[in-house]
Amino acid sequence: MADKNTFLLRIITPDRMFYEGQVEMVEFNTTEGEIGVLPGHVPLTVILKPGILNIYEPESEKNAALHAGFAEILQDQVTILAEIIEWPDEIDQDRAEAARARAEERLRSRTPETDIARAETALQRAVARIEVIK
Amino acid sequence: MASMRDIKRRRTSIQGTQQITKAMKLVSTVKLQRARANAERSKSYFTCMYDTVSSILGRVGHIEHRYLTAGTSAKKAVIVITSNRGLAGGYNSNVIKLVTRKPEWNKEDVVVYALGNKGREAFTRYGYQVRECNSDIVESPVYADAMALSGELLKAFADGEVGEIYLAYTAFKNTVSHVPTLLKLLPVEYAAEEEKNPGKAEAVMNFEPEDVEALDLIIPKYMTSLIYGALMESAASENGARMQAMDNATSNAEEMINDLALKYNRARQGSITQELTEIIAGAEALG
Repeated sequence: MADKNTFLLRIITPDRMFYEGQVEMVEFNTTEGEIGVLPGHVPLTVILKPGILNIYEPESEKNAALHAGFAEILQDQVTILAEIIEWPDEIDQDRAEAARARAEERLRSRTPETDIARAETALQRAVARIEVIK
Repeated sequence: MASMRDIKRRRTSIQGTQQITKAMKLVSTVKLQRARANAERSKSYFTCMYDTVSSILGRVGHIEHRYLTAGTSAKKAVIVITSNRGLAGGYNSNVIKLVTRKPEWNKEDVVVYALGNKGREAFTRYGYQVRECNSDIVESPVYADAMALSGELLKAFADGEVGEIYLAYTAFKNTVSHVPTLLKLLPVEYAAEEEKNPGKAEAVMNFEPEDVEALDLIIPKYMTSLIYGALMESAASENGARMQAMDNATSNAEEMINDLALKYNRARQGSITQELTEIIAGAEALG
């Protein structure tokens, strides 16, 4: 049985079990802002926004770029259903930089047809990817 | 009686066929194992998704929400997942029958989103309205494909083009049992889901953003995961069905070969006897 300072974190993607383990804290970005979850959190379901996921294990720290999905937070367990999530070593930096440039360009030269919400999401994704590599 | 040469030719031809079916069986066995492992890996995602959605729906109860009430349009969109290739026993026709034999559905009211060439061909032949889909994705489905498809359908639903969305696929129970299934995607039927989880303590769960907004965001994801799961299971079922069909074909060929071997030997014996009789008769006539 795990001690009181940690909780079980599970990150599930459609293709695989991305992460499973006891952690002290996890941080991620939601539609309502960034949150950090410690053990004993109130039960909560949140929708995720593109951002960086920080996993604080008792011994080490891990980062990943988390783009879409939602999270179910219980007192002793957090389950993140991630549609898209990547470890830093899975990210292609050049592609992310190109995507950022493209999204910025689209937002700058906006026309009535521009899908602003989509461009902004693309930008957030690209930024999250670049941040997590650093 | 057929001549020895005819029987032999026939037997060789069947042996050739048997080799092909045997090879196809082996190929689909390997593919089945892979598809099955994929389907099982995606299952935990789907189960979690399902639990969360039913917990939300169980809490919010009967509210007015655009994803929970049928659209005004009488049209029904049906995603039909079939294979691109045949020789899979009843795999394709069972799914297709599920849609064509549904008594309360009129041909005119159904819009078919056919995934898989076999389904597309069949529904075009029957005179259904068929939307072009990328059929290549049924071979090795990835999540992005499911996302694109569910996005397209949600748009059609939001625009009022279709009032209901269904999904017809083959559920993979185990290697030998595949069940053609018709599933209603939208509007989400929450009454049935409530009954399934009566005892779960959901009272304490909070939502950020609020329930209704959360539904707006989660239901598309839920739909995508259903479609993705269906694609995975169908891929596994397809290979399972083909494996079974090819196994049957191989053993049928075996049976025919045995039968022909018997006939061949009988014919051979007959011809030897005949020759002997002829020789003896000839010798007697000379003597």
